[in-house]
Amino acid sequence: MTESPENLSIAVWRGDDSGGGYEQFDVPARQNQTVLDVVSWIQQHTDPSLTYRFACRVGMCGSCAMMVNGEPRWTCRTHVKTVLKGNRLEVGPLRNLPVIKDLATDMDPFFDKWVASEGAHHPTRTRHDPIAPVDPTEGNRVEANEGIECINCAVCYSACDTVTGNPDYLGPAALQRAWTLFNDTKDANRGAILDAVSGSGGCHNCHSQGSCSHYCPNELNPMKAIAGLKRASATRFFRRSS
Amino acid sequence: MLDIRLYMLQRITALIMAPLTLGHIAVMIYAVQGGISAEEILSRTQGSVFWFLFYGCFVVAVSLHGAIGLRVVVHETFGVIGKTLSWFTWLVAAGLMALGLYAVFAVTL
Repeated sequence: MTESPENLSIAVWRGDDSGGGYEQFDVPARQNQTVLDVVSWIQQHTDPSLTYRFACRVGMCGSCAMMVNGEPRWTCRTHVKTVLKGNRLEVGPLRNLPVIKDLATDMDPFFDKWVASEGAHHPTRTRHDPIAPVDPTEGNRVEANEGIECINCAVCYSACDTVTGNPDYLGPAALQRAWTLFNDTKDANRGAILDAVSGSGGCHNCHSQGSCSHYCPNELNPMKAIAGLKRASATRFFRRSS
Repeated sequence: MLDIRLYMLQRITALIMAPLTLGHIAVMIYAVQGGISAEEILSRTQGSVFWFLFYGCFVVAVSLHGAIGLRVVVHETFGVIGKTLSWFTWLVAAGLMALGLYAVFAVTL
């Protein structure tokens, strides 16, 4: 790997839930390096106490998301040269989640909302029954397929201004999960899913600003999924009323 | 904060308001052609059941629609929650309805 003559000036947020601030680090510039490489270099060469989270390094596990220059990104797949401003970079913990330490956030609220939105499969059969065939071209399955590549990175949750203003809002990832299950022909309780997403923190709080779809690193479309939940719950509302 | 009942109420009131707003604008354009005066407006509206129902529906729809919209703004901007938020919503709705219906009664009775 060829080394560039200059150093990068990296501002990294240090602190915990009670407060903190940005600390400057100089990191050698390389021709090819990701934001996660930069954070790892600081931790390995300058300050071993820097806390951050990663696992797979290849965009599969969804654990390394951080705010980069104020925008949520998966850092293992974000090349420094695509986000550098001059030779400066600002890296912080994900927005809308409590900070544990430095760049590591507490993901509990994010995953609690997956549970609250009935993001768990409701089986139609037991393990003793034969596996139900699924037609991959069927309409509901095609709709469900659009959301199943979610890696739970919380980039959409962090990008969502509605979550910022309304902490009870379930958020785009949990609602997309609910929409995926709602369209799963193997799910036995679609009514429970609509009940879960129709409460005071449910899908009807979404303002369709589209930050979730804009920032999703896997180019999924949670805003479309939320619109689907709104449509399904409104249809049920009129059917119940009639 | 915004469950399906409030969401549907806001959408349904929007559906009611849309044609009434177009009707209101159409009548305004028609009525202003030969100049406009209080006597001319009142001669059309006073004693009219149609205009009472037209603007009465409009006021009720606006009061509910606006109160729910302000509920969202107040919650997301100032963090108002719980009973305070409910009281705010229904007070705004009642206030808008009282002001609007006062005007409707004044020009149609």
